Amino acid sequence: MRYAMAVDTLKCVGCSDCVVACQTENDVPIGHCRDWIVEKTTGTYPELQLEIRSERCNHCANAPCVRTCPTEASHYAEGGIVLVEESECIGCKACITSCPYDARFIHPEGYVDKCTFCIHRVEKGQNPACVSVCPTHAMIFGDLDDLNSDISRAMATRKWKSLIPEAGTDPKVFYLI
Amino acid sequence: MIEEIITSGRMNPEIDPVLHVWGWEIPFYLFLGGISAGILIFSAYFTLRNRQDELPVAVKWMPLAVPFLIGIGLIALLMDLSHVLYFWQLFTNIRWESPMSWGAWTLGIIMPLSIAWIATWVEDIFPKWDWKFDEVKTVINWLKNYRRYMAQILILLSVILGMYTGILLSAFNARPFWNTSILGPLFLTSGLSASAALISFFSKSEVEKRLFTRIDIILIGIELFMIIHLFMGHLAGTQVHIQAAQMFLGGAFTVPFWVFVVGLGLLLPVVLEILELKHKFIPAIVPVVLIVAGNLMLRFIVVNAGQASRWLY
Ligand code: SF4
Ligand code: SF4
Repeated sequence: MRYAMAVDTLKCVGCSDCVVACQTENDVPIGHCRDWIVEKTTGTYPELQLEIRSERCNHCANAPCVRTCPTEASHYAEGGIVLVEESECIGCKACITSCPYDARFIHPEGYVDKCTFCIHRVEKGQNPACVSVCPTHAMIFGDLDDLNSDISRAMATRKWKSLIPEAGTDPKVFYLI
Repeated sequence: MIEEIITSGRMNPEIDPVLHVWGWEIPFYLFLGGISAGILIFSAYFTLRNRQDELPVAVKWMPLAVPFLIGIGLIALLMDLSHVLYFWQLFTNIRWESPMSWGAWTLGIIMPLSIAWIATWVEDIFPKWDWKFDEVKTVINWLKNYRRYMAQILILLSVILGMYTGILLSAFNARPFWNTSILGPLFLTSGLSASAALISFFSKSEVEKRLFTRIDIILIGIELFMIIHLFMGHLAGTQVHIQAAQMFLGGAFTVPFWVFVVGLGLLLPVVLEILELKHKFIPAIVPVVLIVAGNLMLRFIVVNAGQASRWLY
């Protein structure tokens, strides 16, 4: 099992529904967020191109946050999902400085928090909250090891990229372009 | 044009707009760790060379400060932890890939070892000292027989401690400015230099003063060389490394770094120390204060600059 997510940048309109859904589903404390929208504009006027991405922890397969954590609080769970075990986290913030995507933050209660791919839903066979609310169906979640899953098929038929692959993190959130 | 902005209003405290999860506690802790490592290395090394009577301050007196320095450093470290009640988790795991983990273990071993080390010297420096209990006396006399082994272990662990203060940072490839392996040797050298300056300041013997002033001059020379290498490495690196170096070559850290760390913290004191060796009168306190302050400043700047440097995507 290798869980992954693909965000279709050609469908994403940047409505932030995923951000709100995550905050509701996971009780994310006010003023913090586990996912966010990035708008990238390239080109010279009038030839401008806009790419909109819904971003979150990339659940890296070679995660620097897991590597630098002194206590094993940051760890790989089932299917490669990267999680933080609250009761083992000492709040040293080594993982936060390790993450090239700035995907982590300090929960007001002191431990480090971030996207969990909604593992509590995934275990029940449901999609993560952000994926399930997306009004344009821009996000696909699934198992890369299952060649018939929606995500495997999308990755096989579409052009895609991941973020900062040169940082060597082997991210598992992909962007269809 | 490339413009990339977060439009959903992400403002996670201490992460946005510029990462700043590590405040004064971490650089202060790195500073104290570096000085402690330096003091222990000199003390153990000159014991192995059998120069304890010629160099009493370096070998016997300065280590007295180490448990306090490390203790204060540990308090600073604990103050930085945002989930501090769980700090003991550090000592229920050993993770070799995490410098934070083996650094904590090294500190955990060095602390009692440095106390045992001091205990073997106490009677030398305070002749009237009485251990009160015979058991304690026996243990300490027993320890004295193993002083050479202790010195060897101390040197090894202190080098690890001194290097670790830099490697802790260079292990983060997400922060391009830190991502250079020279930070380990640089912090080790600068810790040694500050402790050499302190030894020559506190020493009353002319031999010891001059020896440590000379050692310090060499160490500062090595430090300058490493700083040049640090920037050469970054400037010959990728775009993100070049941008990280540019924070020091025209960017926000230019003045604090080149004026305070390099100018006032390294170049000026080295000139003063050379004059001192030539028997010119220099108030002894001046170079040592400059060096120690430059040492602290170096760590503050490196910790902050690393957090300000990032991959762009
Ligand atoms: S995106 Fe960041 S927090 Fe998520 S697994 Fe990768 S390094 Fe860790
Ligand atoms: S803050 Fe917590 S999860 Fe992060 S590295 Fe430290 S102990 Fe591990």
